[in-house]
Amino acid sequence: MDVTDLNLWYGEKHALHGVSMKISEHRITALIGPSGCGKSTFLRSLNRMNDLVEGCKITGKVVYQDKNIYDPDVDVTGLRKRIGMVFQKANPFPMSIYDNIAYGPRIHGIKNKAKLDEIVEQSLKDAAIWDEVKDRLKSSALGMSGGQQQRLCIARALAVHPDILLMDESTSALDPISTGKIEELAVKLKENYTVIMVTHNMQQAVRISDDCAFFLLGDLIEFSSTDKMFSKPDDKRTEDYITGRFG
Amino acid sequence: MGTQNEKGVSDTDALKDKRHSRTVENVIHGIFLACGVIVIGFVLAISIYLVVSGIPAIVKIGFGKFIFGTEWASTAADPKFGILPFILSSVYGTCGAVIIGVPIGLFTAVFLAKVASPKAAKVIREAVNLLAGIPSVIYGLVGMIVLVPAIQKMFKLSNGSTLLAAIVVLAIMILPSIINVSDTALQAVPREYEEGSLALGATEIETYFKVDLKAASSGVAAAIVLGIGRAIGEAMAIIMVSGNVANMPGLLKPVRTLSTAIVSEMSYAAYGSLQREALFSVGLVLFVFIMIINVILNMLIKRGSES
Repeated sequence: MDVTDLNLWYGEKHALHGVSMKISEHRITALIGPSGCGKSTFLRSLNRMNDLVEGCKITGKVVYQDKNIYDPDVDVTGLRKRIGMVFQKANPFPMSIYDNIAYGPRIHGIKNKAKLDEIVEQSLKDAAIWDEVKDRLKSSALGMSGGQQQRLCIARALAVHPDILLMDESTSALDPISTGKIEELAVKLKENYTVIMVTHNMQQAVRISDDCAFFLLGDLIEFSSTDKMFSKPDDKRTEDYITGRFG
Repeated sequence: MGTQNEKGVSDTDALKDKRHSRTVENVIHGIFLACGVIVIGFVLAISIYLVVSGIPAIVKIGFGKFIFGTEWASTAADPKFGILPFILSSVYGTCGAVIIGVPIGLFTAVFLAKVASPKAAKVIREAVNLLAGIPSVIYGLVGMIVLVPAIQKMFKLSNGSTLLAAIVVLAIMILPSIINVSDTALQAVPREYEEGSLALGATEIETYFKVDLKAASSGVAAAIVLGIGRAIGEAMAIIMVSGNVANMPGLLKPVRTLSTAIVSEMSYAAYGSLQREALFSVGLVLFVFIMIINVILNMLIKRGSES
């Protein structure tokens, strides 16, 4: 995924200033930076979720599989099917666990019960939650714990077989044990998926990401491998941030 | 003593003032309580009165003959008091109104809550509120002048006052309750649900119908039940367009419902006559219907607030 000179305005507010970044496949890319720096905004422009925001204007290119996703002829629903997203707050639908997972495949036309069963089981296994829920697939997803709900949402995103998984601070509302489980999961997922995650937690970025991008006030300050950024950052501001001098 | 400026005295004054305001407080509390008790009193009085005055005729006529009797001839030499025609007319009329009114109302609510621009939504909501405020006699009047002749012409009937006319008028009358309650329920659906659905590649329309309506289902159900309650109790508009004949109902036949039966005969039913008593029993039956609908409504609302 290749981002070139991405600018984004919310009404009058210029929220992203000419961001360019090349995101590699089968790696975990972490987006870090203080609150309001544009990292979530950037993430949400990768699957065009910002289209839903009133008064949002975008220029620049996001090329994915040789195609600019902001071209007028792009099928946005098809794009979002291939670039899945997990949100900050777990948002399972008020339906059964099974129906939550089957929702995406059903939307995309799969009706065969056996096929759906298979997808549900595989997605829940991939999200490392199958053993916890296999006996209560028909009960409401809202009765699960926060960490389970978040893994369910990951399973739901995996059920439509995306190539890329965007995670928007997906562990920030969770306890350390649940966070650990989701981090483990993310590392496992990069074998088959490309993971791009926004995180507030720098230790988390160090623990699991391969590449790291530091945003500040709408600018991409530095983008490099995580090892390099946390040992020898190029920019003074990056160093100040990761050593905890601000943010 | 209030005029004295000595410290100790003004302290007691302050205490006295407080005691005084507590009396006021108690009095107002008492008034509130009395208002509450009066309301409960009304409900109890109406219920008890209906049961007491409705039971005798049912006993005299016989429960089966009364409820399932297909013939109503209250002033004949050999009077018949079967109210099945009224019950079925009410039920058919209400069902018909629901079948027409619910889809229109739901689509309007989805449009208002999710699709329409704030400006358009504001105008439409105003219109819906206006519709809710129109007295039922006006609905009846317009139905009489516009709808009845139209039905008469369309189906080549001798008279257009039919169950069909009643259904159409009722369908329009229940729209505001269905739209308002579903609109509120749909607006309360968290934005996160919609984002979750869109991020999976669902279109906005798919999201409205498969996620929003599902999440708002208890509110939507409450809206429908509210509409049913309004339709089954309506008398004035129906009596003006339905022909008011005690037939077994048919879509293109004049009908008489539970509510219109009471309105149309009460004025000439002699005191102490079985006819008058039977009309009270009709009222009791209608009351039982409304009670059942209310219980269902309360259950739905309770279920909604739990989830």
